[in-house]
Amino acid sequence: MSDLFRVEGLTKNFGGLAVSREISLAMPAGERLALIGPNGAGKTTFVNLVTGQLQPSAGRVVLNGEDVTGLGAVERVRKGLVRTFQVTRLFSDMTPEEHVTLTVLQRERKATRILSRFRGNAEVAGEVEGLLGTLGLLEVARRKVGEIAYGQQRLLEIAIALALRPKVLLLDEPAAGVPSSDTPRIEQALERLPPELAVLMIEHDMDLVFRFAKRVVVLAAGEIIFKGVPSEVAANSRVREAYLGNYANARSVA
Amino acid sequence: MRDVAGIVLIVAAGMAGYWLFPDNLALLTRVIAVALLVLSIDLIVGYCGVATLGQAALFGAGAYAAGIACVNGVTEPLTLIAIGALAGAVAGLLMGTIMLRAHGLAQLVLSIAIVQLFHEAANKASAYTGGSDGLAGLTVGPLFGVFEFDLWGQTAYLFGLALLVLVFIALKFVVSSPFGMLCRGIKEDPVRIKAMGSFVFPVLLKMFVISGAVAGIGGALAAISTQVVGLDSVSFELSANSLVMLVLGGLGTLYGALVGTVIFMGFEHAVSAINPFHWMTMVGALLIAVVLAAPGGLSGLLEKITASGKRTRGGRA
Repeated sequence: MSDLFRVEGLTKNFGGLAVSREISLAMPAGERLALIGPNGAGKTTFVNLVTGQLQPSAGRVVLNGEDVTGLGAVERVRKGLVRTFQVTRLFSDMTPEEHVTLTVLQRERKATRILSRFRGNAEVAGEVEGLLGTLGLLEVARRKVGEIAYGQQRLLEIAIALALRPKVLLLDEPAAGVPSSDTPRIEQALERLPPELAVLMIEHDMDLVFRFAKRVVVLAAGEIIFKGVPSEVAANSRVREAYLGNYANARSVA
Repeated sequence: MRDVAGIVLIVAAGMAGYWLFPDNLALLTRVIAVALLVLSIDLIVGYCGVATLGQAALFGAGAYAAGIACVNGVTEPLTLIAIGALAGAVAGLLMGTIMLRAHGLAQLVLSIAIVQLFHEAANKASAYTGGSDGLAGLTVGPLFGVFEFDLWGQTAYLFGLALLVLVFIALKFVVSSPFGMLCRGIKEDPVRIKAMGSFVFPVLLKMFVISGAVAGIGGALAAISTQVVGLDSVSFELSANSLVMLVLGGLGTLYGALVGTVIFMGFEHAVSAINPFHWMTMVGALLIAVVLAAPGGLSGLLEKITASGKRTRGGRA
């Protein structure tokens, strides 16, 4: 039971429809896990269940040995369970620097202060600069998010998540919608994630998955149909049937 | 730096009003009181994205609290303003607690219901409020024990102007604090703010309390300067008009609230003198023109003009 994070029998029914069925998995610190599966397999629902945007019909979410299933989304973030979004959710008229500053202040419980300056804390400013530097966002740090490239917005999503100092990070398709010329930058950012951080990544780009993940979990119709190392995935017949067949076809067309 | 210039401009405009319209100081003081109300709406609508058509409930709470205190022997003007601010803050806490349970259209309907309830309460509690006759007989003591509230309204106006400037400066600090940024974030995407680990409800409630205090100061100023509190100060009509003023001036800048109030009430005054029957039609036409031609309001239009001026001078910074 040295797992940093695990889910047990996580189930979600919408009416009579089971979108997540008895999902169980565990992640130690430093894990690099890819969650893959065809569209509609319930990957984002799974992230929503884990982070508390949705309440499960059954099952438990355990972080650091503590059952967090009954906690809301905000409390889970404060405990270190952090996500990014499949479609970026950023404040279009704020700058990357403002996003990350706000996040760091929030983590320090200083974001609701009225009698202090937003940029008044040199320590916070230093940390923000460091984070933006790590993700290569310094040159656009003071441009409005609405004016920067989508790939940079995706990197900012990761910067915000890291500013929360997570223990477990759930990346919901971090490279979705990014032009292929920019994917190397995302991949570089993923390689530089703190080594002790447990990362679960949903991703459709198989090249990225195979380079990033130490383990792969395949979800189909709300159920885990495969767990193993990347090299075994392609050989598994159930996976091929559910998923990789489509992928291979899509690839040959492209 | 920009804000220092802005505040100097407000003081200059205020003093210009004092010298140019010495016979209309009562009206100008009314403009300041309403400007405080519109500023308080900007905090909620412009910075938090919560729509309200009931803000006069908070203005009226301040006006009646100051009025009732004054009738009962509290005549020191600064104390009355403080009482108004406190009453507005408490009303804001109450209003926020109710309104923030709902979202969108239901929230807007709740705000209307609350101002109607406040209105009815003020109407029915006539022993304290004077009911539909209004609360009259306020005798306010001299400011700092020296300056009497004179018949021409000079003291009231200068007092109001000083209050407005102080409140405006305080609010500039509020909206540029971490709290102010958090509110802007909530306005744009509460889900993202929650994913950053911040609760939404207590933050918005805090802004309701601040907003209530500002509206309450406006109400108390109106009570002190006119020496009467009427039911119109807790009316839906005042709530709706002040939201219109905000939209006219532009949301989320604080300056827009001032610009919108001055333009709306100035327009109202000028046009109603020329054509008392159709002035609202003209205001409606003006509003449509502004919303269609400059969705950011008049202050947004101004900003665009100055920004493009800068660009042609200095290029893109």
